[in-house]
Amino acid sequence: MNAHRIIIEFAQIAVVLALSPVFIGWVRMLKCWTQGRTTAGLFQPYRDISKLFAKEVVLAENASWIFRFTPYLVFAVTVLAGGIIPILSAHLPLSATADVIVLVALFAIARFFTALAGMDIGTAFGGMGSSREMTIASLAEPAMLMAIFTISLAAQSTSLSRIVQVIYTAGPVLKPSIAFAFIAFILISLAETGRIPVDNPATHLELTMIHEAMILEYSGRHLALIEWAGMMKTLLFMALGATLFFPWGIDATDTVSGASLAFVFLIIKLAGAGVVLVLIETGLAKMRLFRLTEFLGSAFLMATLGMLSFFILE
Amino acid sequence: MNLALAAQINSFLAALVLVTAFGMLVQKRVYGLIHLFAWQGFFLSLNTAIVGYVAGKHHLYISSVLTLSIKVFVLPYILHVLVNRLKIRRDVETVVNIPRTMLIGIALVIFSYHLTSPVRELSTLVTRSTLAVALATVMIGLLMMITRTHAVTQIIGFLALENGLFFAATSATYGMPLVVELGVALDVLIAAFIFGIFFFQIHAAFDSLNVDQMARLKEGE
Repeated sequence: MNAHRIIIEFAQIAVVLALSPVFIGWVRMLKCWTQGRTTAGLFQPYRDISKLFAKEVVLAENASWIFRFTPYLVFAVTVLAGGIIPILSAHLPLSATADVIVLVALFAIARFFTALAGMDIGTAFGGMGSSREMTIASLAEPAMLMAIFTISLAAQSTSLSRIVQVIYTAGPVLKPSIAFAFIAFILISLAETGRIPVDNPATHLELTMIHEAMILEYSGRHLALIEWAGMMKTLLFMALGATLFFPWGIDATDTVSGASLAFVFLIIKLAGAGVVLVLIETGLAKMRLFRLTEFLGSAFLMATLGMLSFFILE
Repeated sequence: MNLALAAQINSFLAALVLVTAFGMLVQKRVYGLIHLFAWQGFFLSLNTAIVGYVAGKHHLYISSVLTLSIKVFVLPYILHVLVNRLKIRRDVETVVNIPRTMLIGIALVIFSYHLTSPVRELSTLVTRSTLAVALATVMIGLLMMITRTHAVTQIIGFLALENGLFFAATSATYGMPLVVELGVALDVLIAAFIFGIFFFQIHAAFDSLNVDQMARLKEGE
């Protein structure tokens, strides 16, 4: 009876797995163009990952099970998150079992274990990266939940597919609360996916790296899994933003043909999201670590204003 | 333009006024503050014009144009000239750090919402829901005057407070009588000139515009 829903679910997970390196490749390509460099091509992240899978794993002598277990956990959790977010269809079977708070918690589990693994080896960089990552997380997570609660208030539900259906049927309306939540969401996405004003994904400079510092000791297939999960996380945040704030084009009719049409829309939306992301990254410089409280504080402020303006103005 | 759409635009502009108020609260640079103040005036005048259209009160158009000319062009220009003449380039110091100021600002918004909710129940105007935002803008202007130690930023805080009062008048009663509004606009303009003179005097006496220096005025110590 629900066979096609399960097919769409698996198709979506496959899309997330396959599309995330292409999306990162697209972002890198745009970035190269804005900086006047030659690009490595759209499929370079694939080549990177397959090269890393072929290499052998070098483990530190005192690495515990946490260090070996983390890459698999991070990867699995991210794939699960990819199954929850309604990207192709608003009627996903997994989406009904887990709401948006679970989604935030899933990302938190991945982050927690990455931070533990960073400290597990006992190198200075790992500890430093973990400490910085948790500092950012402690500020970004409340803001993220606040932004999501604002949308949940409008939809009167924390279930992602319910939110999407409500926004989809309401059509484009000018609501201050949603606009505030959107701005907050953009700021948080930059922090959560480690993009430029917060963290630079391309640097290995010891003073500035955050996420890279935690995974510095990983190699081989472990590194490949973590890198791939990071790419998926970026794609998922973009897709989450697209589904929550611009759900038009998503399959609300609950058919396979609708889902394949949604795939086309998804690619258009992601291409647009990539352009916006690169414009932000090219226009801004990386912030000092101690100014991040202001950056994430304003994200929290925006999300809270969104929630307040829901009560005051709507 | 139907009433629902007008109410939507009205509340959106109210939200923008609130954002600029918060922006001024956290902005560290003087030029940024002046620009935000000009934007707030712009949203305010747009909002006044829309309210005037919806309510059919034509004197609101005049106060809208008045707001546009004075608060978007004349006052920011005067402040710009002052800041240039006095050579204020550095960041503005704050008494309380910025994230904490933001949290206090949020608390003020909640407080004003709580305070105006009975009025909201009684009123029948389209603009009744923006009254809380107007009161919050007043309070945030006040908070800005308290948390800043620089004379110029205190004045900008005062002008933002005045913006909030104007907004409150528009949203609570569809604007004050035109005579009152003309008087207030003239007052604000004159006040800006007097502030300018004061700035130069303070600057000449203390060689700084930091109001902490005023503590030296105490006698008999």
